[in-house]
Amino acid sequence: MAVCPGPAVVSVSTGCLEVSTTIYPYTAWKDSMIHSAFENAGATISGVETAYNSLKKQGKIKEDMYFVAFGGDGGTYDIGLQSLSGAVERGHNFVFVCYDNGAYMNTGFQRSSATPCGAWTTTSPVGKESAGKQQNRKDLTAILVAHDIPYAATASPHNFKDLMNKAEKAFATPGPAFLNVISPCPRGWRTPGEATIALAKEAVQSCYWPLYEVENGKYKINYKPKGDKKTPVADWLKKQGRFAHLFKHPESEKLLADIQDYIDKKWEELLQKEECLG
Amino acid sequence: MARKAITGNGAIALALKQVEPDVMAAYPITPQTEIAQNYAQYVADGAVKTEYIAVESEHSAMSAAIGSAAAGARTITATSSQGFALMWEMLFIAASLRLPITMPVITRALSGPINIHCDHSDSMGGRDCGWIQLYGEDAQEGYDNAIQAFRIAEHMDVRLPVMTMIDGFIISGAIGPVETLEDDVVKEFAGDYVAVNALLNVEKPVTVGAFDSLGGWYFEHKIVQNRAMENAMDVIEEVGREFGELTGREYSHFKTHEIEDADIVLVAIGSAAGNVKTVVTKLRAEGKKVGMLKVRTFRPFPTEQIREALSGAKVIGVMDRSDSFGAQGGPLFTEISAAMYGGNAHPQLYNFIYGLGGRDLFPDDIEGAVEMLEKAAAGEPVEQKRHYLNVREG
Ligand SMILES: Cc1ncc(C[n+]2csc(CCOP(=O)(O)OP(=O)(O)O)c2C)c(N)n1
Repeated sequence: MAVCPGPAVVSVSTGCLEVSTTIYPYTAWKDSMIHSAFENAGATISGVETAYNSLKKQGKIKEDMYFVAFGGDGGTYDIGLQSLSGAVERGHNFVFVCYDNGAYMNTGFQRSSATPCGAWTTTSPVGKESAGKQQNRKDLTAILVAHDIPYAATASPHNFKDLMNKAEKAFATPGPAFLNVISPCPRGWRTPGEATIALAKEAVQSCYWPLYEVENGKYKINYKPKGDKKTPVADWLKKQGRFAHLFKHPESEKLLADIQDYIDKKWEELLQKEECLG
Repeated sequence: MARKAITGNGAIALALKQVEPDVMAAYPITPQTEIAQNYAQYVADGAVKTEYIAVESEHSAMSAAIGSAAAGARTITATSSQGFALMWEMLFIAASLRLPITMPVITRALSGPINIHCDHSDSMGGRDCGWIQLYGEDAQEGYDNAIQAFRIAEHMDVRLPVMTMIDGFIISGAIGPVETLEDDVVKEFAGDYVAVNALLNVEKPVTVGAFDSLGGWYFEHKIVQNRAMENAMDVIEEVGREFGELTGREYSHFKTHEIEDADIVLVAIGSAAGNVKTVVTKLRAEGKKVGMLKVRTFRPFPTEQIREALSGAKVIGVMDRSDSFGAQGGPLFTEISAAMYGGNAHPQLYNFIYGLGGRDLFPDDIEGAVEMLEKAAAGEPVEQKRHYLNVREG
């Protein structure tokens, strides 16, 4: 919001962000904000933006205004995907920001389709028959790119300048723009609060969370760890309590290798996309 | 005023066009589709200034309508059946945020199994979601209610969403005569919309839909919401009277026919009221003391007025076009029963369920119901259970 060029209306899906910033009768928002339900931040902002267009055309509003929707990974990757997809397809002029902490944190660490493989959550528990979440993450940014969205990017709070640049670009984009921001969650990741930014940085260095942007179909990777700068993902997983079980049993080695393979494969794919579509 | 031959849907789409709201968000579903289509055509032709959002589902239709209305725009949508059901979660939120959205509902059975024809299981299922509910009998009432809905919803003492029902296919798809008003007359009646606490007010940003949990004001907010419903009672009458002055067609919470000295009264809602009225007229000519009460306002329920109107009846037959599983009767029956229990007169009450999934209701069925009620009036034993009209045996 710091780089929003004018007054804005923000639509927030149900989740930690809404619960922590709008405890009635208080609000942490300086701009107008609406929360209506979990799965509809995209549809709600569609309505707001359309109302703005109508009233602007009629001369009832003079100012330029901006429209932003925030969703957690649950409200974006899962239950909110349909309304986000619809809003992007219709071409509303808004910025959708997903803060991806990799689980439903508001209801206490249940798996989402953004939860990484191997993570313990209360609905992908660790037990005799299971070593946490069995599946890889959904590649949501790719799904948004497949909408031919004018601007989509991933970002991380450790690289604040990059994040701000991308937010500025997103606001300047006519039509929909999408920002996917990794947001370590100390409670759910079982990590110390002060490690948050370092964990975000390591997610990027291990290529678990590559920083890239796609402008009108053109790919650009913003950070490429070279040589041994690309850290093994296991180092990053080891620091998080939600993966602790993977380091207790030797059987998990295969799983750790699979996780690393998947990350390498996605990273290679991204490099190729940049080469072909850059 | 002009007299037009037009479908129920066509009449409603025309009413909406004449009010010309700022935003419509809609998703097609039989038998409502014609409204979404007609309105999209008005927009495509530049006949209205309305911005149209062709959303990807009814959940999003209601979500977008909420965003739009909260932003400060006069906003409409329309739906039926499964679409209504998919909106369910958002219907409560629209009402709790006190957003004056208006929505024609073209009533249709709910799945499953799937059935596209008329009954009231959709709208009656939504009777407790905090919306004002007005039922129309025919295309004319559909048109008139759609116009009045804006005034009721936006009234400062009310500020609640309003849904206006007409019966799927029977009314929505049938061509009938409708007295329509001139565009400017409708516009003037609807008046200009002044939004309260709009998101788009740059001078005064607002937070809408804050976290109102433990330690919040949720309980108080619900009480205020119910007070707005109570206020709606007078506002609906006031708007109906004013509409009457304009058109000669006055509206109140219900209408009665031959009720003054009636021993037996049939209570009906929606298009069936026309059939009931015809039968009542016929039976009156045969010297039978039969009457009818047609309900228009179902939410808020005009308990006291209806109790007063029915206080002279010995036997009341309540006709429901939807059933309520495991309840004591259909939704209208339980309302009427509760209303009568609170008074001094205690007539006998019987419930007739009819027309589910579009099943026809014939005059003979209604006469059969009256025969049963006559027996009850004469002191003969009649079972209190639900009676189903025009169903196959066995
Ligand atoms: C239809 C519906 N289903 C379930 C919920 C319960 N619920 C509220 S928030 C939430 C999870 C939010 O997770 P996410 O979107 O990832 O955001 P976070 O709280 O982690 O920031 C759930 C499951 C709900 N509010 N609505």
